[in-house]
Amino acid sequence: MVATEEARQTVEKVAEEYKYGFVTEIETEKAPKGLNEDVIRFISAKKNEPSWLLEWRLDAYQKWLKMEEPTWAMVDYPKIDFQDIYYYAAPKSAEDGPKSLDEVDPELLRTYEKLGISLKEQEVLSGVAVDIVFDSVSVATTFRKKLKEVGIIFCSISEAAHDYPELMKQYLGSVVPVTDNFYSALNSAVFTDGTFVYIPKGVRCPMELSTYFRINEANTGQFERTIIIADEGSYVSYLEGCTAPQRDENQLHAAVVELVTHDDAEIKYSTVQNWYPGDKDGKGGIYNFVTKRGACRGKNSKISWTQVETGSAITWKYPSCLLIGDNSVGEFYSVAITNNYQQADTGTKMMHIGKNTSSTIISKGISAGHSQATYRGLVKVMPGAENARNFTQCDSLLIGDLCGAHTVPYIEIKNPTAQVEHEATTSKISDEQLFYCLQRGLEIEDAVALIVNGFCKDVMKQLPMEFAVEAQKLLGISLEGSVG
Amino acid sequence: MLEIKNLRVSVGDKEILKGLDLTINNGEVHAIMGPNGAGKSTLSYAISGKDGYEITEGTITYNGKNLLDMDPNERAGEGLFLGFQYPVEIPGVSNMNFLRSAMNSQRRYRGEEDISAVDFLKLIRSCAKDLNMDPEMLKRSVNVGFSGGEKKRNEMLQMAVLNPSLAVLDETDSGLDIDALRIVADGINRLRGADKSILMITHYQRLLDYVVPDFVHVLANGRIVKTGDKSLAVELEEKGYVGLGVAENAA
Repeated sequence: MVATEEARQTVEKVAEEYKYGFVTEIETEKAPKGLNEDVIRFISAKKNEPSWLLEWRLDAYQKWLKMEEPTWAMVDYPKIDFQDIYYYAAPKSAEDGPKSLDEVDPELLRTYEKLGISLKEQEVLSGVAVDIVFDSVSVATTFRKKLKEVGIIFCSISEAAHDYPELMKQYLGSVVPVTDNFYSALNSAVFTDGTFVYIPKGVRCPMELSTYFRINEANTGQFERTIIIADEGSYVSYLEGCTAPQRDENQLHAAVVELVTHDDAEIKYSTVQNWYPGDKDGKGGIYNFVTKRGACRGKNSKISWTQVETGSAITWKYPSCLLIGDNSVGEFYSVAITNNYQQADTGTKMMHIGKNTSSTIISKGISAGHSQATYRGLVKVMPGAENARNFTQCDSLLIGDLCGAHTVPYIEIKNPTAQVEHEATTSKISDEQLFYCLQRGLEIEDAVALIVNGFCKDVMKQLPMEFAVEAQKLLGISLEGSVG
Repeated sequence: MLEIKNLRVSVGDKEILKGLDLTINNGEVHAIMGPNGAGKSTLSYAISGKDGYEITEGTITYNGKNLLDMDPNERAGEGLFLGFQYPVEIPGVSNMNFLRSAMNSQRRYRGEEDISAVDFLKLIRSCAKDLNMDPEMLKRSVNVGFSGGEKKRNEMLQMAVLNPSLAVLDETDSGLDIDALRIVADGINRLRGADKSILMITHYQRLLDYVVPDFVHVLANGRIVKTGDKSLAVELEEKGYVGLGVAENAA
């Protein structure tokens, strides 16, 4: 096979080039299209990975080959040809990017402006080669130095594989097993980017950790792998994503995120997802198949997921908590907005395993245009989980009459001491509400944004301050043109 | 000055207003009374530009500008305030946030700067105090869980803060006990002034004991059939609409 031969040659070439250690300044090409063992070897060589990790990938690949794509979600899309995808593309060099903002899609710039993003940041976000990139690198370096002083590890997953192999071996795949699902197996075989965080015992991370500050290649993120470990008594708040719209040539995204909290530790994980959702007619857009799971392994530990999902054509995502330690707490706060032809099937799984575990689920779905939004959630109380408690609230808001909102709760209780509450509502933005706002002087788009933000308030207030302000504006922008 | 000429309004296939004329000069308070189904609320919606109220003939101008050319928020920017008969609930949006957004939107329409957070806080607190309103109500979601009286009081708060030059009050007095009625009346009297035009739509004469109008009109069958001063309202109260030759539930 030509492709295989091509791959082999490239792999050999790369292996030679990178035998002197881990280097990020890769300036080469893509791996050939499609997926096979050679491509995986290529990726692993590119990352100059230890051999155990290559073996782990190859094993995952073999398992993936035997798995089937899940079809139970309420999303409809053309069949993905997994052999028609590039699994490794080197970051674009600066020369390929736009030379100035004049070369960037004006629609994108208009949105940046509405979000209040500074000109310099706009340049960075749209990949214009400017000095600011170097500024941000130096900022990030200072930032990481500060973290290192308190013993926090914050680096790319590839660096971690090198520098902290013991931690990686211990935690990689420990929360989301390779064979958990089709996409987690795929990710395990081909992941190319992501973040590794370790907070040592008793350390409270002095700042919000954000991928924004991590030195890394641009234009990746297709198959991200993130691991965050909070050791005994530690705390960290992690921000993922960006309110600014993100375009990507890669249509398929399949990230895996694993969180672990030990005794008395807490992780707060916040996401704003705004990948390209496709155009008004539903053409294009990212397919986002994400597996996110946290294990509260220690007693009194806590994991809190907050997500604002406004992008992607297809969203398939269920950030979950395994409440293993006694008295552990799991939380899921979600806002999912779909407009035009977007489809989102999202929710959570709360697995109560330890005693006195409790979980809270607040889900707000907003559908407009021709879109479909589904909340799918599982609350499971195992036989040993004495006195488990769960509170679930799922609210759906419809804008217009061509969209759909669906709520699919699963509740499995195997211990009679459990207390589980479920509340669900579906409402519409009424003409009366809109007229009331307009009569008081608000413009129609502002009125919709105001009503939607009110609807989402319980979730938005969970976001870290600086994120919340931008996310509020984002809700309004995502729904532009949905009314009036 | 609000000028309505030969106004015909249909809702669906049904004509509700059938050639209504009304002029309200600056500084005047007018009351419109009329039986159920006469078109009182339709008039308030036609002035404020609600969807579904089709103007088939006639004009509405305010200070010489054609209101019919404007969206509802533009009319608000021109100084129009509608006090709702049934104020709407907006969950999760605090009264304070709602009013500040509305106020700044109006100011931008008029080419003015946004009000500063401090100035706005001072303004809304002083207005709430005038209306005997618990400051806690300002933090609550717009009209959510409010009693009927509280909702009407909240309308008066919004009116006081937005300080419109033209206020149309659609049965703001209905469903109020006597204490709440006094507060609402007080709110209207406070707004009254040489540069203000006020139109009160009411079912009962009792509001007019507290806010004495300059003119009282009787609306029946889509037209103004009688105009007088305060004594007309008293006469209506005594004789009823039928006694004045107006059929109840005229359609």
